[in-house]
Amino acid sequence: MPLHLEIQLLAVVVAAACALPGVFLVLRRVSLISDAISHSVLLGIVLAFFWVRDLTHPALVVGATATGILTVVLVEALHRSGRVKEDAAIALVFPALFSLAVLLIARYAGQMHLDVHSVLLGEIALSPFRRWEMGGVDLGPRTLWMMGGILVLNAAAILILWKELKLSTFDPALAAALGFSPVVLHYSFMALVSVTAVGAFDAVGSILVVALMIAPPATAWLLTDRLTHMVGLSVLLAVSAALSGFWGAWILDVSIAGAMATMTGVGFVLAFFLAPDRGVLAGIRRRTRQRVEFAGMLLAVHLLNHEGTLDEVQETRIDHLQQHLRWSPDFARRVINRAERVGWVRREGSERLRLTPLGRETARVGMTR
Amino acid sequence: MGDGFLSALLTDPTLRVVGLGAGAVGALAGALGCFALLRRQSLLGDAVSHAALPGIVLAFLLTGSRATPVLVLGAAFAGWMGTLFVMAVVRHSRVPEDSALGILLSVFFGAGLVLLTYLQRTPTAAQAGLDTFLFGQAATLLIQDVILVVGVGAVAILLLALFWKEMKLLCFDGEYGRVQGIPMNRMDVLLTSLLVVAIVLGLQTVGVVLMSALVVAPAAAARQWTDSLGVMVLLAGVLGGLAGVGGAWVSTLGDGIPTGPTIVLLASAVVVVSILAAPRRGILWDRIRLRRTRARLRSGSPGSALPGDTPGGGV
Amino acid sequence: MTEEGRAGSAERHLLDGAGDAPVPALSVDDLTVAYREQPVLWDVDLRIPQGSATAIVGPNGAGKTTLIRAILGLIPRAAGRVRILGRPLEEVRREVAYVPQRGSVDWDFPTSVEDVVLMGTYGRLGWFRRPGAQEREAARRALERVEMSAFADRQISELSGGQQQRVFLARALVQDARVHFLDEPFQGVDARTERAIMGVLHELRDRGDTVVAVHHSLQTVPDYFDRVILLNVRLIAAGEVETVFTEENLRVAYGGRIPYVAAPPAGEGPGGGGSGMGGDDGIPGGATGGATGRDMPGNAKGGGH
Repeated sequence: MPLHLEIQLLAVVVAAACALPGVFLVLRRVSLISDAISHSVLLGIVLAFFWVRDLTHPALVVGATATGILTVVLVEALHRSGRVKEDAAIALVFPALFSLAVLLIARYAGQMHLDVHSVLLGEIALSPFRRWEMGGVDLGPRTLWMMGGILVLNAAAILILWKELKLSTFDPALAAALGFSPVVLHYSFMALVSVTAVGAFDAVGSILVVALMIAPPATAWLLTDRLTHMVGLSVLLAVSAALSGFWGAWILDVSIAGAMATMTGVGFVLAFFLAPDRGVLAGIRRRTRQRVEFAGMLLAVHLLNHEGTLDEVQETRIDHLQQHLRWSPDFARRVINRAERVGWVRREGSERLRLTPLGRETARVGMTR
Repeated sequence: MGDGFLSALLTDPTLRVVGLGAGAVGALAGALGCFALLRRQSLLGDAVSHAALPGIVLAFLLTGSRATPVLVLGAAFAGWMGTLFVMAVVRHSRVPEDSALGILLSVFFGAGLVLLTYLQRTPTAAQAGLDTFLFGQAATLLIQDVILVVGVGAVAILLLALFWKEMKLLCFDGEYGRVQGIPMNRMDVLLTSLLVVAIVLGLQTVGVVLMSALVVAPAAAARQWTDSLGVMVLLAGVLGGLAGVGGAWVSTLGDGIPTGPTIVLLASAVVVVSILAAPRRGILWDRIRLRRTRARLRSGSPGSALPGDTPGGGV
Repeated sequence: MTEEGRAGSAERHLLDGAGDAPVPALSVDDLTVAYREQPVLWDVDLRIPQGSATAIVGPNGAGKTTLIRAILGLIPRAAGRVRILGRPLEEVRREVAYVPQRGSVDWDFPTSVEDVVLMGTYGRLGWFRRPGAQEREAARRALERVEMSAFADRQISELSGGQQQRVFLARALVQDARVHFLDEPFQGVDARTERAIMGVLHELRDRGDTVVAVHHSLQTVPDYFDRVILLNVRLIAAGEVETVFTEENLRVAYGGRIPYVAAPPAGEGPGGGGSGMGGDDGIPGGATGGATGRDMPGNAKGGGH
């Protein structure tokens, strides 16, 4: 396989593997745990390396996953101690673990071929050079195999635990009441996130893992309300960011991982503004439309409330409406014309408004909404 | 530490500059970090420091200058844009704050990386040194840099002192301030700006990856020792300063000991000690009190065993 | 918030002040608040005379808190006009005190009781001035009035719920205002605190101040307050307790299910005044006064915040 195809394949697999658990991180509002885990797994890798003295040993993944879970445990313990709030607990735990790892690497840099820059930034373009050979047969890049395995693992876990994950995400109390142990589920899920972070950071580095885990699901959430669609869309968005990022980086000769992260951000910003239903622009368009409708209803309710009261004469004057309801004369004219057109009000003289029976009914219904 | 450290600090000119710079950075971040901690914005520091990276590279790309004030200005601009981005996302979409912060820190960092690698292959290639911003390199601090940190830091602290009571009200109960007619939104902008400034000033020393720890750790430690905001801010400043100076010193002891991680580890150690042992709030004291109460209960003097002073706790 | 500068406001307030009746403490005209174009308050009109104590009552989600927050300019109004003592809020901020919900702040904040009370003087002090001896003296007096003098130097995290509420009241007292807005002052407080707070509020009313409070316990309304505002997204009724606080109105406000307990629970405040009303429709479990309205399945949409 040509080099650039191998890189693209790897990028796609990494992106998809990250996006899957990311959906639940975003929905459970624990996105930044991914930041914490992806940093502190480094300590597990370093410590496991001291044990086995081999950077390719599977024990490294085990050690990394263990520190990932340790991070979650420490954050929760600190938070529960009541001495610091949860956000501070996260911000205290992972820099400490990460610093320890960096310090250890710096002290024993000669012994391990692991430099801090590649940990932080990753270098996906180099991954294909680390091959997996068995009995002299080249089976392809090692990272690709590992990430492929993690992708399958994530997909399987989410399929099998679908209803538990869904329930515990949207209604943790009910999930517990139904007998799903939220604790077991929580830590299994965090283990999944840890494994994914370890596998991915070889390729894209610990910080950009966060982009792949968080941005595509957050983008998908702006586009759909259904969980199944959100999962599918997240994977799709992550994969397109990976491919577009790769080609952008290839053409400009810049960091591939950085470009992939940038593209996830571009996707998010586009959705933030342009999403058909929840985008900022759609919101503005809807509000301008609703403003007139809403104002018409407000006019009807106002007239109804003052029907038969002492101040009715005063309250139903057109110029009074402009003042009290804080409408500009132009806007007031639009609202009144529309209300007249749909038959809610009629003018009495040139100055006053009166509700029609239809308008009265509309206001009553509108008020009890 | 002791004598060797003190005499080295006084006699070695490099260490003097580095120690002073790291100390000033730690003190400033520690003092301002208290407000981030109390407003539950601890992770904003993390996001802002990562977001600063593209600002630094862009500032260099546009001006061709490596002077610290230029880079700091770029970093502050990017950090500010990032903060606005998070505010806009939280306000105008269903995406929660933690996701917005995660996107901010990773995407801005990725963009910074793209710019950095773009720079690396340009012929000027004078970028050497820009990646010290990843982990910080206190050894690259010049006396001008230290003057910048101290000068800007002094202005920040002065502003903090001038608007002290408004800042306190903003962190405790901002809406109550608004009812009294105090422009709380403007105070919010000011406080966030000060925090952004403190963060970007520390990047050269501690680096974008670990700067957030210097914002949160001294504040979290100081909180355990006192119940007064004023004392807390002072103490966090002192602890942050000490962690800075200590880290700078330790990193001169051996080859390849990076300053940033050392400072962060020192500050973290202080947090652990504080949470365990600080009087009244310390976990160890809780244990001791519990044991005493149990012993008293066993010895059968029910009157004194009433936990009369248990805090009620807020909701 | 933007309304104050508008043309015509000057004439309007002259109009309000005209006539022989004194200027009302609070006048609200056509107040509508919408959240994402969904109405949370519909066209509310109110007049509250000076020297009265008024309860805002209604089911959950009725917009009670929203009403207070809109009056105080903390949330934008879609329409309507608010006058306090006949003038826009901006001009009379010194005369307005506010006691927010106790749960709205972090009680683990590193500060002392006296410090919190002093926050009530910040608006008056203006920029750059710190509270001095005069302000401290005022804070001490306010703490005395709520029977919290002994706690002045305590850290606020050591307070019980009732004590927290009294500290918040002291902070409002130190503002030395004439119109006082309270958001659920009796939420989760002990009986002694409830009496102490009510005592202070009655003192305020008796010296001519105006008290407006979001209130949850229907059975104490007749004893604690002179006037009542029944709210459920729109204004159901407002006026003197005797005329407005009727079973029929309550039924309209609560959608036929009145969380009203005929006999007041023993030892829990006075409040037997309205025992002739309602009761048969009351939901069970409402025996603990203040919490009664909490779980009402109100038929109103939109949050109360």
